Amino acid sequence: MNAVAELPPKSFAVKPKLDESGTPIGELLEVSMGPHHPSTHGVFRMDVSLDGETVVKLKPVFGYLHRNHEKIGENISYLASMPYTDRLDYFCSMTNNWAYALTIEKLAGLAVPERAEYIRVIMAELTRLQNHTCLIGFFVQDMGALGTPMMYAFREREKILDLFESVSGARMMCNYMRFGGVRVDVNDEWLAQTKKVVGDYGNFLDEFEAFLTQNEILLARTQFVGVLPRDLAVSASVTGPMLRASGVNYDLRKVDKYGIYSRFDFQVPVGEHGDVYDRYMMRVLEMRESIKILQQALRDIPAGPVMDPKAKLRGFRPKPGEAYGRVEAPKGELGFYIISDGSPNPYRYRVRPPSFVNLTILEDMCLGHRIADAVVILGSVDIVLGEVDR
Amino acid sequence: MEALEQIKARLGAALPLTKLDILPNECSGGERSLLVEPGRAFDVAKFLRDDAQLKLDYCSNVTGIDWPEAKIKTKVTKKVLVEGVEKEVEEIVETLRSGHLEVVYHLYSMELQHGPIVLRLRTENRADKTHLPSLTPVWRGAEFQEREVYDLYGVIFDGHPDLRRILMWDEFVGFPMRRDYVAPDDFEYEPTPHDEVLAEAKKHYPTTEVKA
Repeated sequence: MNAVAELPPKSFAVKPKLDESGTPIGELLEVSMGPHHPSTHGVFRMDVSLDGETVVKLKPVFGYLHRNHEKIGENISYLASMPYTDRLDYFCSMTNNWAYALTIEKLAGLAVPERAEYIRVIMAELTRLQNHTCLIGFFVQDMGALGTPMMYAFREREKILDLFESVSGARMMCNYMRFGGVRVDVNDEWLAQTKKVVGDYGNFLDEFEAFLTQNEILLARTQFVGVLPRDLAVSASVTGPMLRASGVNYDLRKVDKYGIYSRFDFQVPVGEHGDVYDRYMMRVLEMRESIKILQQALRDIPAGPVMDPKAKLRGFRPKPGEAYGRVEAPKGELGFYIISDGSPNPYRYRVRPPSFVNLTILEDMCLGHRIADAVVILGSVDIVLGEVDR
Repeated sequence: MEALEQIKARLGAALPLTKLDILPNECSGGERSLLVEPGRAFDVAKFLRDDAQLKLDYCSNVTGIDWPEAKIKTKVTKKVLVEGVEKEVEEIVETLRSGHLEVVYHLYSMELQHGPIVLRLRTENRADKTHLPSLTPVWRGAEFQEREVYDLYGVIFDGHPDLRRILMWDEFVGFPMRRDYVAPDDFEYEPTPHDEVLAEAKKHYPTTEVKA
């Protein structure tokens, strides 16, 4: 996977110098990095202990944006939570909507019409494109490529957000899906415009990759940095591109085959070193696969209704029971766990956020690296604090 | 994946368990769950992870549920003699459910790509006996999620490497996700680290009133 394969397959992590009793020589410097550090992607803090510039301890601290999303969800009706899910991972409101709708459909036994399934796939893959593009923009900015690459990324993202806006009325807080379908149908004009955006996207990726993939600085900063071993990744419930960069072939679009993903021909990129470079490459390759899925979906989308006629928007009361539904969000496995007691509000409403769980092994990846590498490693995890803190 | 009954039988054969129940799920698309006694939960978790047929190496979701004491109304049909004729009569029976906290684990296998198995643990009550064994040594991915359950529900996980509040601030009192939690009218009166700063700042206030 790595462009320079001759490099020794080892981690660049160094161990602090210890005296005979095993304690580090000299004094450790404790740095509270954040919550307003620009590289922490929001209000996120890392309490770091440094030996010189080397990280010997790192504890992530978060909760600054905590609003107890789950408690709010238990006190309002099922449908009223839908716009709140937009605000979890505010880059990917469409996949958040889908995960929630999927769980409620499982709970209430609703069927989604064919056309709505296609629209959902199109929206989810567009979301993946813009999330990964933005992430790479932020990520190279963390490495010091200030401004310009991110603006390229945001220029492309804007085209996709325009598509979202024209169909749902909002660029980021789309609130588009409903239990049993989607809120409004898309028209032919929109599909034609999407085809154009998707068709051009490959060229943009070529252009973007020409700047980055073989870039000497990017290679030096990312290869063999923040290596996440395969076993630890599985045990620590890491999901999404981070898991696949560590060499585990586990993509819910292939494993669960939710929606209509079994109909599309696409591959799951898998890394081998589990370092930051592989995580970057995973996102680039996933975008190329997303383009393939989008082209197939846009070609095959049938005509028809977009809502299950059995679905009730008002007075929605699923029967008692519980369901756990999950989708492959751009950041990893996004799950919803809902318990119904037959009332209009859920008894228990739980969000399983991918970036929250992926942070579990942040310390393990950063130990032994320089403090500047911790920034890059955090950038490669791809967190959104709206989802971490809920 | 094998049926839950089969897993239960194999678990019962491998480990000396006194309590192992399969809880029904009224939702047709949802999964039933395994209720395990807390004392044996660690061994059960290890068995589920290491068993060659299951290999549940991936703990996807950990969450808490609060079940306060409640009167449960269930409909029971009874045969009653009405004027010499036996008739079926529906009767509503009230039973008292004791309060407890529940922790739910959703387990999948990344290697064999199957799942989920839903594992449930229950505390004795909601007040003082809220200890459960931590499964973080089995699945590292439970670390932050168990901290969250502790933070929001007050379940104390014995054996957790770093059990601290994770979303609420350290000085916060109470467990906000419990059903009976009442949010204070004004969060400013909650003790926050800021209080010390304010008290400190008061030293600099003028001690005598300044007249205009």
